[in-house]
Amino acid sequence: MEKEESTMDKKVATKKKEPIVESQVAPGHRACAGCGELLAARLVMDAAGKNVIATCATGCLEVVSSAYPQSAWKMPWIHSLFENPAAVASGIEAALRALGREKEAFVIAQGGDGSTADIGIGCLSGMLERGHNILYVCYDNEAYMNTGVQRSGLTPFEASTSTAPSGEISWGKTTDKKPMPEIVAAHGIPYVATASVGYYADLQKKVKKALSIQGPKYIQIHCPCPLGWIHDPALTIKVAQIAVQTGLIPIFEMENGKITSVRKIIKKRPVEDYLKLQGRFRHLLKKTGGEDEIKRIQTIADHNIEKYHLM
Amino acid sequence: MKKVLEGSRAVAEAVKVCRPNVISAYPITPQTHIVENLSQMVADGDLKSEFINVESEFAAASVILGASVTGARTYSTTTSQGLLLMLEVLFNIAGLRLPVSITCANRSVSAPINIWNDHQDAMTIRDSGWIQLYAEDCQEAADMQIQAYKIGENPEISLPVMVNMDGFILTHAFEPVELIDPQMADKFLPTYKPNRYLTTKDPMTFGILAEPAYYMETRYRLVQAVDAAKLVIEEVANEFNQMFGRYSGGLVDKYRLEGAKTALVGMGSVVGTMREVVDELRDKGQNVGLLKVRAFRPFPKEAIFDALKDVDTIIVFEKALSLGWGGILLNEIKTVFYGKRKLPRLCGFLVGLGGRDIPNQSIIDAVKKAESETVEDQFVDLRTGLIGIGE
Repeated sequence: MEKEESTMDKKVATKKKEPIVESQVAPGHRACAGCGELLAARLVMDAAGKNVIATCATGCLEVVSSAYPQSAWKMPWIHSLFENPAAVASGIEAALRALGREKEAFVIAQGGDGSTADIGIGCLSGMLERGHNILYVCYDNEAYMNTGVQRSGLTPFEASTSTAPSGEISWGKTTDKKPMPEIVAAHGIPYVATASVGYYADLQKKVKKALSIQGPKYIQIHCPCPLGWIHDPALTIKVAQIAVQTGLIPIFEMENGKITSVRKIIKKRPVEDYLKLQGRFRHLLKKTGGEDEIKRIQTIADHNIEKYHLM
Repeated sequence: MKKVLEGSRAVAEAVKVCRPNVISAYPITPQTHIVENLSQMVADGDLKSEFINVESEFAAASVILGASVTGARTYSTTTSQGLLLMLEVLFNIAGLRLPVSITCANRSVSAPINIWNDHQDAMTIRDSGWIQLYAEDCQEAADMQIQAYKIGENPEISLPVMVNMDGFILTHAFEPVELIDPQMADKFLPTYKPNRYLTTKDPMTFGILAEPAYYMETRYRLVQAVDAAKLVIEEVANEFNQMFGRYSGGLVDKYRLEGAKTALVGMGSVVGTMREVVDELRDKGQNVGLLKVRAFRPFPKEAIFDALKDVDTIIVFEKALSLGWGGILLNEIKTVFYGKRKLPRLCGFLVGLGGRDIPNQSIIDAVKKAESETVEDQFVDLRTGLIGIGE
């Protein structure tokens, strides 16, 4: 092991002036160590290639990547507001058509879970209903992270956030994640998928597939946030993978309203394995009565396994 | 070619010759006839625009933002609640320096809900960085639309422009309107070719985060551009006049102000009524003139001072107010005279809120009242009996 590391160090040292991988999202941005969202954005953009025009909602992703005079985005990119990446993308796509430039680029709209499921759901619904040829990517880190970990519509059941905290008489959020993939699929769009930064090859395959399809597409990517979820930044990938392995985050594709593929769980893990890695669920393990609450979360995971035929 | 047209149709015809690449709007009374006319033109193939029907005015503004930053000429139209729903995007469009254009069919703001005309909607967004022009009649509303693009798309300006026309009073009025010849329009307003836009040929980042070290400079640039628009608004009005034979733009319009001791000031369709009153009073030997304010943002303080510097009394008639302060136009005109040697007497009246009719006699009575006392923020034709003030 020691030998391997020293060889690697040498390799990096001799090549240090060249970036290891040429990416569409440049290094040097201000994301936290272990940020799942930035990793997901990089995987999306690298899978999409060079011919992309992107929009981005206000949020962590925008703040860490576009502080003047620097930008991490190598493609033409615009941030407008919190709730309108889907509507701005609609305008871009319409303009490309109007100007005869529709072959110039794929249009990708990006938003976090707050932008997508809460404040921007109207604009997203409009974009889907109108049939724009756009890929919408939701980076789901399960709370308003940019403003300090407040609850969103995609915060999971009984996670503690700064506006729905656990307390003497509270277990955290009282409801589970809004079923965005189903809500989106109900618009009758050709392609909906869920993905996780824990499974990057699957994620990139889905981005490529989505971009090969004409019309509105939606991919929701589960992205751990070490700061908000309170876990070791070195464990981002592991936390993401365990979420999938418990059944809490089902990974699937829906084409024209029907589920066409699911990532099967080979060895099911109990939800405790996921919860115990994160400070946002710590109250469930410490407080009296927490066992019963964990059982309720296990029920959610089991329900997902049954619903999506994950096993 | 002169045709008797509804105001909304006249505006739609003007928009058509501007050849916007992308139109996006959401229906709201009294703007609906404009979007319906444009939709039909697109449906009939007479207008080659992408017409994006959206789920809200917020989305409409966002769609034209996205289209404009991609290099398209864009159009939208709204009013009242719709304009307020656009508010956040309107500031964003100005900050991004995008020369989109919208028509605001001016209407009051709820509550209580009221679909009729006043200027509270547009006046409320006066600090957004948009250029605001106000039309007196349907011809002006149509002519200002083509001028709006020419002003906003000037590379030195690069700002959004809002053309205001009074809801119902103009949008639903039938008037003879001189239509703009499409070929001459193309000559006056060439294809929009911005020097920076979203393209893979030259990738750029738009909508950056400006920290305290950079934000003030972007605001300074924006302020400079809005101020610089004063000159461009005049230039474009003159160029339009040369090509089409009508001076229907510019910052202000003077009417019978020569030797006037009293000047009436207003914006929008009420100016038509005030014009008749001025004629009537002049016939009776009174030295009364009229100043129409066409551009409210940027505020043409130099042009206003120049037009009114010799009068003794200024009487402002307006359709919006800053609550807790008073008539907006009145107070802005007051600042024009701050520090000047000769200070005219300034009086202000609020007229026609929520579509209340403004008869000539009400203006005449107000002028008479202002001659004997200095009044401010007087509600004209207030039904005092209804609100328990002794009649």
